Amino acid sequence: MNIIVCIKRVPMTQEVDLEIDKDGKGIKTDALAYVINDWDNYCIEEAVRLQETLGGSVTAITIGSEDDEEILRRALAMGADKAVRIDPGARELDGFVISQVLAKAIQGMDYDLILTGVQADDDNSGMVGIMLAETLALSHAAVVTDVQPEGHIAAIRVELEGGMDEVSKIQLPSLLTIQTGINEPRYVSIMGIRKARKKELTIIPVADLGLSEDDLTPRTRIEEVFLPPETTGAEMIEGDAASVAAQLIKIIKEKGVSI
Amino acid sequence: MGQICVVAEHRKGEIREITFEMLFKARALCRAFSLPLTALLLAGKDTGYADDLARWADRVVVFEDDRLETFNSDLYKDILNRVIRADRPFMTLIGHTSWGMDLAPALSVKTGLPLATDCVDIQAEDGRPTVIRQIYSGKLFSRVSFKESPGYLVTVRPGAFLVPDDTPVLEGEVMKQDVPVDLAEPRGTFIEFVDTGAGEIDITQADLLVSIGRGIGEEENIASIRELADRMGATLSCSRPVVDKNWLPKFHQVGTSGKSVRPKIYLAFGISGAFQHVAGITGAGTVIAVNKDQKAPIFRVADYGVADDLFKVADALKEKLAGA
Repeated sequence: MNIIVCIKRVPMTQEVDLEIDKDGKGIKTDALAYVINDWDNYCIEEAVRLQETLGGSVTAITIGSEDDEEILRRALAMGADKAVRIDPGARELDGFVISQVLAKAIQGMDYDLILTGVQADDDNSGMVGIMLAETLALSHAAVVTDVQPEGHIAAIRVELEGGMDEVSKIQLPSLLTIQTGINEPRYVSIMGIRKARKKELTIIPVADLGLSEDDLTPRTRIEEVFLPPETTGAEMIEGDAASVAAQLIKIIKEKGVSI
Repeated sequence: MGQICVVAEHRKGEIREITFEMLFKARALCRAFSLPLTALLLAGKDTGYADDLARWADRVVVFEDDRLETFNSDLYKDILNRVIRADRPFMTLIGHTSWGMDLAPALSVKTGLPLATDCVDIQAEDGRPTVIRQIYSGKLFSRVSFKESPGYLVTVRPGAFLVPDDTPVLEGEVMKQDVPVDLAEPRGTFIEFVDTGAGEIDITQADLLVSIGRGIGEEENIASIRELADRMGATLSCSRPVVDKNWLPKFHQVGTSGKSVRPKIYLAFGISGAFQHVAGITGAGTVIAVNKDQKAPIFRVADYGVADDLFKVADALKEKLAGA
């Protein structure tokens, strides 16, 4: 089973005050640390597990600058065989353009399955994977929490809303967007990442892919980024832990809950 | 360009709430753009769904076929592509649900229409829509415009447009359409629905929920909060990351993919407040959030907040309760 995994490097934004950049269309990223997109981490793990059971190869792909190779090395350390970085240059990218670039890069490759994360931590858009599937005329499913390939079919489980899953079968080759929790991604040591430097990493400039102007034209554009509108928000309880605890107990009792 | 369309979503005999939320928002958009509102229904035979929808739209276009009873991306995409190419709706709304996340991006490529996903607002600006989205897990918002196009696709976040009880009903016309004879061959087969929310405890019945999130850090730390919950007579629940790591079973999970809860008190420890989680606690009487990240989105929806280390607060609570 040959598997392609599309991954993305994203800024870590938990416990960080984000600042809007001077254009007002993005954020200041200088002081931010970067990590692999959470959903994509599960994708790599799933691909490597499938390969360990069924054989074949795993290829990790990202679109980005040299800095983004960090996550490809991580994927290689987790067990991917090859990595590809597509260099977009200074081009403006939206979900549609990213899907077209990936499709051109992937179309000549040999694969049975393409995995992408359900969405990315930064833009939360969740469109690239399925757009890629449609461009490559592949069967597809979104928000997948289990994959069991057997021959030319895979049994899959899709997470719906409200504590409900759907079990179905899908023809391969296929593209699945992977939900967090599908597995437990393995630990990757710095040593492992260093060792992975020996594995193949190919760089493809986007100009080499022969995309049309239409494929490279974003269909949506961020006009403005802004802070969430003010809400009354929570009444903050201040003080040392003992005093905070006393106030919380008082509130809970006042709301009619006996503790 | 003659209409705004809403793709109805249904499951197990019911039209899903997101459908009515989209129809409610679409009515306002129809007024802004002076266009009629069409609900598109793809469903099994004799469901009665069309009559439900007719109360909310000017017309309901119905494709009924047993193959459409459950969602199938190939079949739904083929029919909707044909409808969009024939009728050229100005805007088509689809729910940002598992179903919509599978359908909308594919439909965007197939029709060539631009798509904006997971939108929390849609506005009319100089004859073109712009949308508002949340980025960086809700820490920021973005206003997004579309490339000029004969039509636009938008997926709508569930819960973004709550329907007021006094919304007047319409009596839309129901128009049955034949399913195309050369419909695409489905590459996926539905097997069954599985209820993942059932388990040893029912978090929907609790008056007091003590809930943990990513901030718990390690599995070993759960014991401390479980002890607090026991001491308070509370039920332990959690947000998605805790279930993802298999630290608690799925039936503890609060949120869109878990359960919606209505406790008198919801005490959230180390929960950031992703919208998928917040959607599950809208029925809570009082929300108290403890999180060391002062900018965590949970503080925007909580009634009371404590910006501190959750373990420090939990230990202090245990001490107070022991001494009480």
